[in-house]
Amino acid sequence: MKITRKHFLRLSGLSLLAAGCKQAVRPATQPVSAAGNASQQPIHWGMVIDLGKCREKEGCKACIHACNAAHNVPQIADRAHEVKWLWTETFGTVFPSAQNNFAPQRDAAAMVPLLCNHCADPPCTRVCPTQATWKRDDGIVMMDWHRCIGCRYCVAACPYGSRSFNFEDPRPSIASINPDFPTRTKGVVEKCNFCEERLARGLKPACVDACPQHVFTFGDLADTDSEPRQLLRERFAVQREPELGTGPSVSYLV
Amino acid sequence: MLMLDKALKGSPRYWVWLLCLLCVIAAGFCFYLRQLDLGLGITGLSRDVSWGLYIAQFTFFVGVAASAVMVVLPYYLHSEKQFARITILGEFLAIAAVIMCILFIFVDLGQPARVLNIIFYPSPRSLMFWDMISLSGYLLLNAVIAFTTLRAEREASPAPEWIKILALISIPWAISIHTVTAFLYSGLAGRSFWLTAILAPRFLASAFSSGPALLILLCLVLGKVAGYRVADDAIRKLAIIMTYAMAINVFFVLVEAFTVFYAAIPEHTEHFKYLYLLGGGHNLAPWMWVSALCAIAALVILFTPAWRRALLPVACILVFVSLWLEKGLGLIVGGFVPSPLGLVTHYAPTLPEWGIVAGIWAVGAFLITVFYKIVLSVREELES
Repeated sequence: MKITRKHFLRLSGLSLLAAGCKQAVRPATQPVSAAGNASQQPIHWGMVIDLGKCREKEGCKACIHACNAAHNVPQIADRAHEVKWLWTETFGTVFPSAQNNFAPQRDAAAMVPLLCNHCADPPCTRVCPTQATWKRDDGIVMMDWHRCIGCRYCVAACPYGSRSFNFEDPRPSIASINPDFPTRTKGVVEKCNFCEERLARGLKPACVDACPQHVFTFGDLADTDSEPRQLLRERFAVQREPELGTGPSVSYLV
Repeated sequence: MLMLDKALKGSPRYWVWLLCLLCVIAAGFCFYLRQLDLGLGITGLSRDVSWGLYIAQFTFFVGVAASAVMVVLPYYLHSEKQFARITILGEFLAIAAVIMCILFIFVDLGQPARVLNIIFYPSPRSLMFWDMISLSGYLLLNAVIAFTTLRAEREASPAPEWIKILALISIPWAISIHTVTAFLYSGLAGRSFWLTAILAPRFLASAFSSGPALLILLCLVLGKVAGYRVADDAIRKLAIIMTYAMAINVFFVLVEAFTVFYAAIPEHTEHFKYLYLLGGGHNLAPWMWVSALCAIAALVILFTPAWRRALLPVACILVFVSLWLEKGLGLIVGGFVPSPLGLVTHYAPTLPEWGIVAGIWAVGAFLITVFYKIVLSVREELES
């Protein structure tokens, strides 16, 4: 069939019109479902980490192993290419401003579990040029590993070092692959997802369940009666670099 | 339109030069294929230093591209006629530099096949989106201006009126490309090294110094190898622009250093200490001092009346080397070390990384050669 210029223009015009109509009709159909949700208060997932309980069992890595196994996090020997979702650093490194020169050395050397803070105003989602990372309504900062172009702008923007880039193919470095969770490819960024895949099934995050000390308390920060809110009400807690205005959803009981 | 036929007739020397460049490009391309296969792990980048030579070179060449405004502005806005023979060279330099920038970004991507996602999912909150718009707009502006004026010149007719309007638009546009590039870095709360309002002015000052330095050197080379004479007056004026831009750049660096060290907030001083403290095993520190010494030497030459004419090429090389080291390496790497957690991770570009960078440089040199060949052929024809 021969397409004349007139035909082509008419077809393009009609397609554009159809696409435009779809855009116009879609929002008109949406408020119905949105109104249904609005009656409920939005959830804000958050976590409280009790460092005192964590210190009691020195050298325990149950949470890290559980996280790595659940999410196919590769174990790469080269420190430069490491991928980390949940890991530990010394207290002195994590909270440099909470230091004084006279505290016992033991306190500064105690290990602190680190993970994505799932910020209220995340710098990483702000800088992403493809919206491959975004904040969900329930506060979880998500990653789309199929859309990420690997520019690493989010890695530069995250003040917590919570994001890892796959400098090499991660699959050979996964001891045993969990078929229920995707593996990643080289050239994309990844990080902790607050176990959104487990939350969707009504479970708690893997680290929370794996910890023998019950260090992690997970729940809805928007709900004043939730477990983390009760803890935060009763005890003194700190967050990592709150002065940056990111609004971390992870707090630490010192 | 492109008058590419003019680039197809040249001396053996011209062809040998292009062939050499093609070999470097081919080598760079082979290294890139390897990076594509194995991932960015073959570079010196790491979890803590996640941007390196590629992004730093991108930043440096955005500056070179923006500096075309330093010939466009006097010529179109102030009708400085002695810039007539040099303006188009500046515009073609800008075109080559922007293409190099795009290539540097491209080779830095972990998933280059998905690069169009930037267009499919436009994100106006990301500075990278605006950088893409400003860079591609600038490329388009300069390509249209340069080729249209050259074509008019070949036909011995005045350039169309609308070219002047485009040229005037390109002036603030040039400022915008480097401002947006500075905003890429200076808007990050967690990176105190870049978190300073002086970054964009500093970028512009260093751009208006390194770009003219390169353009003067290119003009001198053209005079040597092709007998193309640019008015001495134009070179002299360009040298003055370069001198003061360099002086302003050094001033901005010192202003930043004062704020950082007098306030003495550890988070801010640590980056400077990493970059400039010798003897701490910091592999970049000697190079940062080379950069600083080059800057001082260049300024001494340029401000001494007896030397500034005779030693102009040397001063240009010193300016270029100084800023290439400062902006094309130190400024980006320095922002990552120490990491937000205070960890020091060394970064040194690997052989494949240098190979890819050399390949992109060769692409730039190739484009410059072809563009300048076209300009020179058109002008030779007119003169004969």
